[in-house]
Amino acid sequence: MDMALGDRMAAGNRPGDAGWDETALIPPEPRPLAIEAKGLVKSFEGTRAVDGIDLSVPQGAIYGVLGPNGAGKTTTLRMLLGIIDPDEGVRRVFGHDRPHDIGRLIGYLPEERGLYPSMKAIEAIAFMGALRGLPLAEGRRRGLELLESHDLGHAANRTIRQLSKGMAQTVQLLGTLVHRPRLVVFDEPFSGLDAINQGKLERMIRSLAEQGTTVIFSTHVIHHAERLCEGVAIIAGGRVPYAGSVEAARDRIPAQVRLETRARDGGWTAALPADTRREGDFFYFTLPETGVEPLLRRLIEGEAGILSLSIERAGLHDAFVAIAGEAAARQLEMDAQEHRR
Amino acid sequence: MNAFDPFAPGGQRSKSSRLSRFQAAVVIARRDFLAVLFSRAFLFFLIGPLFPVIVGGLAGSIGGQVSREAVASEVGLAMSAPDNAAMIEAASQLSSTLGRAIPVVREVPEATDPGFDAQEFMAARRGNYAAIVGGTLAAPELIGTQRQVARWEGPIGLIAGQAGSGAPLPQSETSSLTVAATGASERANRIRTAQAAQMVMFLLTMLLAGMVLSNLAEEKGNKIIEILAAAIPMDAVFMGKLFAMLGVSFVGIAVWGMLGWGFWAIAEDAIVTVTQTDYRNLPGPAVGWPLFLTLAIVYFSMAYLLLGALFLTIGAMANSVREVQTMSMPVTMMQLMVFFLAAYTITQPGSALETFAILFPLSSPFAMLARAATQEVLWIHALALIWQAIAVVLMVKGGSMLFRKRVMKSGGAGREKKARWRGLRARRASISGAPMATDPAE
Repeated sequence: MDMALGDRMAAGNRPGDAGWDETALIPPEPRPLAIEAKGLVKSFEGTRAVDGIDLSVPQGAIYGVLGPNGAGKTTTLRMLLGIIDPDEGVRRVFGHDRPHDIGRLIGYLPEERGLYPSMKAIEAIAFMGALRGLPLAEGRRRGLELLESHDLGHAANRTIRQLSKGMAQTVQLLGTLVHRPRLVVFDEPFSGLDAINQGKLERMIRSLAEQGTTVIFSTHVIHHAERLCEGVAIIAGGRVPYAGSVEAARDRIPAQVRLETRARDGGWTAALPADTRREGDFFYFTLPETGVEPLLRRLIEGEAGILSLSIERAGLHDAFVAIAGEAAARQLEMDAQEHRR
Repeated sequence: MNAFDPFAPGGQRSKSSRLSRFQAAVVIARRDFLAVLFSRAFLFFLIGPLFPVIVGGLAGSIGGQVSREAVASEVGLAMSAPDNAAMIEAASQLSSTLGRAIPVVREVPEATDPGFDAQEFMAARRGNYAAIVGGTLAAPELIGTQRQVARWEGPIGLIAGQAGSGAPLPQSETSSLTVAATGASERANRIRTAQAAQMVMFLLTMLLAGMVLSNLAEEKGNKIIEILAAAIPMDAVFMGKLFAMLGVSFVGIAVWGMLGWGFWAIAEDAIVTVTQTDYRNLPGPAVGWPLFLTLAIVYFSMAYLLLGALFLTIGAMANSVREVQTMSMPVTMMQLMVFFLAAYTITQPGSALETFAILFPLSSPFAMLARAATQEVLWIHALALIWQAIAVVLMVKGGSMLFRKRVMKSGGAGREKKARWRGLRARRASISGAPMATDPAE
């Protein structure tokens, strides 16, 4: 996802900074959108599951839909894929308002994994490719390559019911990608995976994005979104209070300064911002709008004896709390704990 | 998952488009067809219908034997010994020309007892006689239930008359001229063919279309339906599943047909004797056998697709296998109703009821097959097949739409269309100046 000029400024690309990139201030050509949704609404039996969601996902981005269980993530993805139609609003995938019209360009891994238990692994991959227009013979050939590259070549002719859960999940993942889609939609892809396979999946997602594939995934685990995503939509209660770059979301919370001084007291303490709190040897306060340089000057002049000073940018979790509220954040944390268990 | 490169050499990126509905249906049909065909359960499915045939044959044979033994068709003789002998002789002579119209007559051993009372004997329910003849040849007396007396009165009078005359009754010499068939016999024969064809088609659809009920259960249970729904239109999924099961049905019919042909080759005469039907001389249908058989295959396919589309929709709405099982009984009853409707109209060509049976999609193939057996007109079959094909498409579309709305919880399209329609009506109304109609649902 493109960083807006403000985002880049906030991220530290300021005139005079080391590594200042003047060209970065020239607004880049807007990237074409893989997904565009406006005012999506979906109700189930009188309950609004999704309540007017807007999304814009540029092509080639890794985009996260972050929110607690029941927030409307899956419903949103299902609408974007054409599995269900919205009650109101429009969605466009690569410019088409009927996603089935460009089925060959899309890969989808649903949250609840499913394969035909009596099908062989290689056939399952080829079948999923065939659903997206890949000839069966080509699907089998690519499927075998993919299985071998994932050390599962030996399982190609085993039926799904003969595979372990992890192996079956990998088979389904490969089936999602066998037709080389330009847009991959993962619904809670990390759910049920152990730490090693989560790492592998993260690498796979990055690899897909490097090749120009747009990846959009839903998650209730913040660190996956923070580590992987260029853009994120925070979703809570069927609404999207924030959609944009991860950096810009973090910049919504002012950076925190941690200061350690040799002197305990003195006139220099008057220079500290009003929100300063003291914890042991450290002072904590919000980074002043004027920056840290004027403060440093006054601390030095007041002989505070600066031992250390660090500026800590807010994490996505803090941003989530600020944007979606405490309750949604607590729910998200509980979901994540459940997920870990 | 290391070294994954989805764009590695060996292929280009996917082309920008989608599978056509037909291609998508073929993908589903192929998967389902092979999955069913290579499952162990399919073997049981193939041999399943043979059990009732074997059991039915055995039961029929035993039942026939029991019935023959249980049903009294002998008339006892309680006349004088010479009269008895004359009666037996006369019955023997008459049965050679009148066949089963003449009863088997036999002396009642107990009648030699001087105190024998035939009425008392019958009232005491002794012996196994339909009736007993007493009296003399000139005045025979028939004792039995009212029904048996009414049945045998005439034949016994004839036997006694011939026995009393001492010589065969005079008969005139009849010369004969034959024709292949009369209007009456041809119509009767064709109706028999129509009935038989409808019955076979009904049995096959009842046996085979029920499979479709639980056809989406696996996808729903395994959540594969999400992947299918994301990739291809739901009506293509429905159509693919229907054609897969039709293919499976043809495999089943082919196997059963070959087995039947094998039985026929081995035991042709025995089958004719046991079933008391000479299949070698079945009455020909109006359109001729080759065309009739072709139409039978096409109409079976249509009946299967129509019923299957309905069953698939009903089954898709079910939340569990138990619900599917519960639904199978009313569904079978519905099949029976459709069959009865079509069967009832065989003898009423051109009636309003027959026209209804032809127009009502579910009974149309049955009614039209009967038409092929009884009437030579061909163009109506072309029309009926077009109508049935349209009905299949509509039912599949309707079923898949219902599935998306009710099961996949998709909606909005209808509401949007309705809103668009309301907008269009409003524009028209404003143009014409006429008052705008209001939707009663609003």
